[in-house]
Amino acid sequence: MLKTTPFHPRTAPLVRAQTWRRWSGYQMASAYDPHPDREYAAVRNSAALFDVSPLHKYLITGRDAQRLLDRLITRDVTKLKIGQVYYTPWCDARGKVVDDGTLSRLDEGTYRLTSADSSLRWLHMNAVGMDVEIQDVTEKVATLALQGPLSRAILDQVSPLDYGKLKYFRVAPTTVRGFPVTVSRTGYTGDLGYEIWVDNHYALKLWDSLVEAGADYGLTPAGVWALDIARIEAGLIMLDVDYHSAHHALIESRKSSPYEINLGWAVSATKGPFNGRRALIAERERGAAWGFVGLEIEWTSFERQFARHHLPPQISNVAWRTSVPVYRRGSQIGYATSGCWSPILKKPLALAHLEKPHFAPGTKVEIEITVEHRRVRANAVVRALPFYDPERKKA
Amino acid sequence: MTEQRYDAIVVGGGHNGLVAAAYLARAGRKTLVLERRPLVGGAAVTEEVFPGFKFSVFSYVVSLLRPEIIRDLDLPRHGLQILPLESTVTPLDNGDYLAGWADPDETREELRRHSPRDADAAVVFGHLMHHMAMAVKPILGMIPPDPASLSPRDLMGLLKLGSHFRSLGSEHFHALHKLMTMSSADYLDEWFEFDALKATRSASGIIGTFLGPRSPGSAYVLLHHYMGEIDGAFRAWGFQKGGTGAISESIAGAAKAFGAEIRTGADVIAVTTKDGKATGVALKGGQEIQAKLVISGLDPRLTFTRLVDPKTLPGELVEGIRRYKFRGSSGKVNLALSGLPSFSCLPGNGPHLRGAISISPSLEYLERAYDDAKYGEFSQHPYMDVVLPSMIDPGMAPPGQHVMSIFVQYAPFELNGGWNDAKREAFGDAVVRTLARYAPNLPSLILHRQVITPHDIEAITGLSEGNIFQGELALQQLFFLRPVPRWAKYRTPIEGYWQCGAGTHPGGGIMGASGRLAALEILGATK
Repeated sequence: MLKTTPFHPRTAPLVRAQTWRRWSGYQMASAYDPHPDREYAAVRNSAALFDVSPLHKYLITGRDAQRLLDRLITRDVTKLKIGQVYYTPWCDARGKVVDDGTLSRLDEGTYRLTSADSSLRWLHMNAVGMDVEIQDVTEKVATLALQGPLSRAILDQVSPLDYGKLKYFRVAPTTVRGFPVTVSRTGYTGDLGYEIWVDNHYALKLWDSLVEAGADYGLTPAGVWALDIARIEAGLIMLDVDYHSAHHALIESRKSSPYEINLGWAVSATKGPFNGRRALIAERERGAAWGFVGLEIEWTSFERQFARHHLPPQISNVAWRTSVPVYRRGSQIGYATSGCWSPILKKPLALAHLEKPHFAPGTKVEIEITVEHRRVRANAVVRALPFYDPERKKA
Repeated sequence: MTEQRYDAIVVGGGHNGLVAAAYLARAGRKTLVLERRPLVGGAAVTEEVFPGFKFSVFSYVVSLLRPEIIRDLDLPRHGLQILPLESTVTPLDNGDYLAGWADPDETREELRRHSPRDADAAVVFGHLMHHMAMAVKPILGMIPPDPASLSPRDLMGLLKLGSHFRSLGSEHFHALHKLMTMSSADYLDEWFEFDALKATRSASGIIGTFLGPRSPGSAYVLLHHYMGEIDGAFRAWGFQKGGTGAISESIAGAAKAFGAEIRTGADVIAVTTKDGKATGVALKGGQEIQAKLVISGLDPRLTFTRLVDPKTLPGELVEGIRRYKFRGSSGKVNLALSGLPSFSCLPGNGPHLRGAISISPSLEYLERAYDDAKYGEFSQHPYMDVVLPSMIDPGMAPPGQHVMSIFVQYAPFELNGGWNDAKREAFGDAVVRTLARYAPNLPSLILHRQVITPHDIEAITGLSEGNIFQGELALQQLFFLRPVPRWAKYRTPIEGYWQCGAGTHPGGGIMGASGRLAALEILGATK
């Protein structure tokens, strides 16, 4: 049996077409409606409520907590303030990315790390000889992501925190209808949004409080299909889809450095020793061999491939997650790993790994598409990520 | 007093005028849009008529906005955000309902409940209409060739069109011919048996025309509305966040980004001419502005008989414009509600309130509604297309409260005895009374009621006889006949004076195609 999250008693009856999927060993709704259009629209129009409890969560405390985390991740943990959140990758000794997630400093000596993969072994290996306690709270802490332009208005109904003052990538303890939660101004949608972390014990109360308060604000429970479109528009990568963990890759060429997955900005140039430092310094100097960029597929060229068969363009309301070749002047120069039709930008988008020197924004490339069983190519243009970046995200 | 000179002045800041201005500005032309009202949009405007409640006062959904316009003008960057409007529910007189949901399987099962045969037929019908729409779609993006002309350009256009139709195959060609000539009721009778289904589908064939579902020619309008569906892939169909005014704002935003200037509160009373050439415009108040080109986004009557002196135009053109049919037939009731209406067929809140509610229980109901109008009265029991925009975009009303948009047909422009305040309120009463048959709590929720008759549409927006399409979408005034033969290519007899409103091909709906095609034709002709 797959595990279910603490919100399952509320989410399960809402799944109308039994569209379930797996997420880290949990059973998770792909969508509640038979298709994700309305759930996606809520992210950009009102507010969507995602159960993101399967995220791995670790509470790290003790005298050496900062030291451990500073060794682990590529950003400078000594500069992480109380109430601040980092989004960060972490690497193996050769500078290849193991995983990515968020690190929150909850108080002076308490940190919470989230990861896509189970990270307990790696944390312990890095903590040898240190005075730290590493607690896996994945199954103790339930998490909801409330994302969308009206998310703040909804939280204001149920929680006393001054949400106008909770800045982007900040976290604060507060209450919802009187029970304790922590709320971070974070998310996986590239929109205004919050993640609410709560002891399992209060999980259903949290769900009910938000659903009730959100009724007049278009709050819509949403599944992974909607999340996937939003995160592609936001240019946010996904482990095992857009890159592989250095710990799981069977061959060297499947591994990526932070520079190769658009996370070079998260590698500190000034901090002391950390995993992969030497390799990353060298790579920064010589320049990464690969770039991770956005591709905007040109509609007219896309449409033309279908028009040959007297068809209107076929586009799915679900994102794709397959490796697709990308060409330039006839030669393959990379591959796209996920993509979708962007309902808000009205463009087909893809995330792609492109070899040097083909990843500069504005570069014209071609992407393979399949039309009537035949592989053909559509024109695309390299774009810097994110594709979609509304002001309200950080405002 | 005269001002600096412009390359082009667009008269009227309706969505087609704005589209034309955006394309002209994009091509580097110094362009000025002049709008009489304090806000742009024409019939696509959002106004806070009652504090806290935003109404898409006239036009209320998007279905046909051309994808090429969305792309060329990058409208998403300027605020275009179309939200799904997923269902259509028709309450029936026996307390049941007929629903079309977003999911095709759910829709088929729903239809099977009423008629298993129709459930199957709907799938095949859908395929046929897909082919019909594919056949007609290229015409939307085409400057209409005149079959009576022997100019090489017209002949090339006709040849292209001819080979396009030949590629249809005989079965589809015959179906297309039927669509062009039949009534929507007769056409649907060939396919379906369930009356409420036929009524609801035929409703899209009568919108904005002075035709009943049994009037020949109404089937084509059905197709016109179906064309929104083939752009389904592009998903341009639905509800604009912030109401239809936000679409106009996005086009205006794009036009400004390309360098166009937009002036509101500027009432153009005449196009100035010299030696048969347009030289600019004269504003109410005496100001004159010069321009090489003047493009009218107003309807054909205003374009040819108000802005210019018809005496200077060829008699046959003026005569054609005089015969051109407007005959506004629809009105609008916008309600501010203190809570959600509860429909007897589906009580309480539910997904049906996020879609359209169609008051079209039977063909006879619609035809009787038309009968009232035929004899100069508004329908006592009208056809209505009801949407709750605040259920889709919560920003349209204060939390927990709602706005209801009710498109109503028929309300004839030429009402017996004429429209006045008492008649307007009586019309509003008939609408609310009829709707209350299906949603009994509705009257108790009404905080504010805005009733708009065709007379009001004309008074507020200027649209002649209150026709929402700038003239009926009837076959005799479409394509190379729109607005009148020989003047269907956005030109006028006055050099430098052009037309770009929905009264030109292809016209109707928030499509923008007229504005775009006019701009392309102008740019091609005035390099």
